[in-house]
Amino acid sequence: MSQVVLDAKIPKGPIEDKWSNHKASVKLVNPANKRKYTIIVVGTGLAGASAAASLAELGYNVLNFCIQDSPRRAHSVAAQGGINAAKNYQNDGDSVFRLFHDTIKGGDYRAREANVYRLAELSLNIIDQAVAQGVPFAREYGGMLANRSFGGAQVSRTFYARGQTGQQLLLGAYSALMRQVAAGRVKLYARREMLDLVVIDGRARGIICRNLITGEIEAYAGDAVCLATGGYSTVYYLSTNAVNSNGTAAWRCFKKGAFFANPCFTQIHPTCLPETGSGQSKLTLMSESLRNDGRVWVPKKKGDTRPPHEIPEDERDYFLERRYPAFGNLVPRDIASRAAKAICDEGYGVGPTGRAVYLDFAEAINRLGIDVIRERYGNLFDMYREITGEDPYKTPMRIYPAPHYTMGGLWVDYNLMTTIPGLYALGEANFSDHGANRLGASALMQGLADGYFIIPVTIGDFLADHRPDGLSTDHPAFAQAIKDVEDQIKRLLSIKGKKTVREFHWELGRIMWDYVGMARNAQGLTKAISDIRALREEFWKNVKVVGENEDYNKSLEFAGRVADYLELGELMAMDALDREESCGGHFREEYQTPDGEALRRDDLFCHVSVWEHKGDIKDSVRHKEPLEFEYVKPTQRSYK
Amino acid sequence: MKFRLKIWRQAGPDQPGRFEEYTVDNISPDMSFLEMLDELNEELVRQDKDPIAFDSDCREGICGACGLMINGMAHGPKLGCTTCELRMREFPDGSLITVEPFRADAFPVIKDLVVDRSALDRIIAAGGYISVNTGSAPDANAIPIPKEIAEEAMDAAACIGCGACVAACPNASAALFTGAKISQLALLPQGHPERERRVISMVNQMDIEGFGNCSNHGECEAACPKGISIVNIARMRREYIRAVRTGGQVRASV
Ligand SMILES: Cc1cc2nc3c(=O)[nH]c(=O)nc-3n(C[C@H](O)[C@H](O)[C@H](O)COP(=O)(O)OP(=O)(O)OC[C@H]3O[C@@H](n4cnc5c(N)ncnc54)[C@H](O)[C@@H]3O)c2cc1C
Ligand code: FES
Repeated sequence: MSQVVLDAKIPKGPIEDKWSNHKASVKLVNPANKRKYTIIVVGTGLAGASAAASLAELGYNVLNFCIQDSPRRAHSVAAQGGINAAKNYQNDGDSVFRLFHDTIKGGDYRAREANVYRLAELSLNIIDQAVAQGVPFAREYGGMLANRSFGGAQVSRTFYARGQTGQQLLLGAYSALMRQVAAGRVKLYARREMLDLVVIDGRARGIICRNLITGEIEAYAGDAVCLATGGYSTVYYLSTNAVNSNGTAAWRCFKKGAFFANPCFTQIHPTCLPETGSGQSKLTLMSESLRNDGRVWVPKKKGDTRPPHEIPEDERDYFLERRYPAFGNLVPRDIASRAAKAICDEGYGVGPTGRAVYLDFAEAINRLGIDVIRERYGNLFDMYREITGEDPYKTPMRIYPAPHYTMGGLWVDYNLMTTIPGLYALGEANFSDHGANRLGASALMQGLADGYFIIPVTIGDFLADHRPDGLSTDHPAFAQAIKDVEDQIKRLLSIKGKKTVREFHWELGRIMWDYVGMARNAQGLTKAISDIRALREEFWKNVKVVGENEDYNKSLEFAGRVADYLELGELMAMDALDREESCGGHFREEYQTPDGEALRRDDLFCHVSVWEHKGDIKDSVRHKEPLEFEYVKPTQRSYK
Repeated sequence: MKFRLKIWRQAGPDQPGRFEEYTVDNISPDMSFLEMLDELNEELVRQDKDPIAFDSDCREGICGACGLMINGMAHGPKLGCTTCELRMREFPDGSLITVEPFRADAFPVIKDLVVDRSALDRIIAAGGYISVNTGSAPDANAIPIPKEIAEEAMDAAACIGCGACVAACPNASAALFTGAKISQLALLPQGHPERERRVISMVNQMDIEGFGNCSNHGECEAACPKGISIVNIARMRREYIRAVRTGGQVRASV
């Protein structure tokens, strides 16, 4: 590894001019030459599909990969609520600066100002682009676009398409992508899993994939590689993410030299459907808006198994109202999540697993009438009933927090390039814009800003200096990478142990959730590190992977992902241990204000923690990218 | 709960398939159908047997990856619900459940319950888009779109591309899938410049892929987990006739 210089390459000048100046000064690739370059884009979510389509429109030759059978199924499809943009169509005082400000503050002052400002700027173009593609956003009777409000903002700037905003935006990007596929400028490789990055002379030059149907190990060469492979919330096993979401591509790039930033920054969403017992494969998100009218409680008596309606009023503990009289049930996400976990840990939780609290609408129904509640939350109540079989109009909902989003990811500079030249990271896979906490409706915005508007500009600057050299997969580096991948697969298949991949994943998830989840402390993190190591050791001796490589083999697919999570989990714990402060979603119990709020330590931790791989995970080295705040001065977040 | 399962097993596209019987026990009524299959697969793995292959991803009814014929019905007996959203409480305890892949000539079986639905992607590639390059869009509010129109377009756009419509149709037609995309883009003013070219090309592709013709059975609408209406098929036909009359190329085969 060359000398460690974390140059974020932030352009000079006032923040509002940085991106325009940068665009005006980057090197360009002549239109006739673009088709001589091959760009590999891994991922077809909002970030990947928008990047692949836009790069192909410019004339580059694009190879695009995804795990699913169709690019349209990437996990972005599941986003519900909406996408932010500083259009100020409501005339309520919104502006690019305000969106920038809210995002920096929401991220608890752990994001890079220049990146976030550019994101806010580009939010305007994203909505234009999506509408032009035929994305059917909600409209007012006059035909203009409608907006709703979201957390962390005092203006109404969220655009939405019913509860399916992610789906509609993704289908927009997917249609643009398929147009380029038809034009022959994008070659699509579905049902492929990238298992390694090929680095030649210090530069990203290709990838190794497993064909998920035939098991064939395939090599692809290119002039640059863009990783848009999503987040790693499934390290917790249960999360709101899709079951195929994984951290493998990013992790294998980390092991090839790309630095990983803020791995411990994860977001736990407070209102999700609780676990129902073993066998559950994911947790479903329920809109946070329910806390406007629902009251959260648990029985005062430990292990009380009476049905909720048999528990009299004076035997209920409305713990949020009791502990936070000023905010009650509307305390911020992180506090609500932590309080629910704590009370369940003490043994007061309800439901079959004891890991849930009630969210009760009885009082609101009495006060407002059932029709008002139905009008406000009807679709959510229906969804709840579908899944649980219980009627929330009659009996309180049971909710519990769940892992939802990962702010951490591969470190990138202002150009979205990682520490490996020619390797870019886009969307949730990078760490760039959300600091220690992401605001609602900002992930869709970031993925599309990265793919539609940033990478098409910044990649040209790199390629202009790196002429196509006709590299083919005959280069020995590809043979070596193929062999490494094949060796790992053989090893996994040869262990023939006793414990299934799912059992290992589940156990890892428990460790992560208990010690690297919502509330963390030095003792727990130290334990997590040794527990994960022990589990990893056991995995490589005792995992049971059935079948063979040359087949559709989910057991093998998951084994590779879990093997990587058994390492990433350790790095997350190390990072959380290293960051001796609380900020955003990272709550260290040792660092809190007397009233239980996150205590940031700007004097010591106003930086991005950037990890470099050094063989064993425990030897990973932490570098720092200092953060400077010129435009939004850090203050202690206050909710009073 | 306890169930007997009759599941289609097929090692590969060119291999013969057959039903095999399994029993699952200790199934919670809250489990989804796929979680029940996960449990069965865990058991099969423990016994060193090949687990049952099926596709899924989001497990909340939006990605369209899952899709099984359950007791002869695409996505099972419950209306408006995908296989991953279907809960075991919908089935009587102790009952026999038959599970098959989505069957159609245009959806070749890959393994067990996994089929190749890439034909649907190719139909979209044939014209299911508006040709607008990144960066060339006017302000989003430049074209007002009446709320009713936007809502109708959204009704059509809600398609998740699972292919249940094809599996349910006696002709294995993809008319509902194709009609939904054509409708969405024909309803919106942004889609008008290319409407003739689009409908001809997408309908052609539908034929090339080997999907059958629509003969108005309406099974597709009943099976659709997102409630996409066959009104969209009627609209596709109107669009088609309109395109032909205005001089577009005719269909490859009818
Ligand atoms: C339930 C839910 C609701 C949400 N709601 C909102 C919301 O309302 N607003 C908002 O802004 N955000 C929301 N989010 C967050 C947002 O959806 C995601 O952060 C965002 O969509 C991620 O997009 P992406 O393009 O980075 O990655 P993804 O959409 O996750 O795509 C990843 C792609 O990479 C591919 N891939 C992954 N690994 C490999 C590999 N090894 N080889 C090949 N391909 C690979 C996958 O196949 C896929 O195509 C929500 C998230 C969830 C879970
Ligand atoms: S798994 Fe996504 S719709 Fe069923």
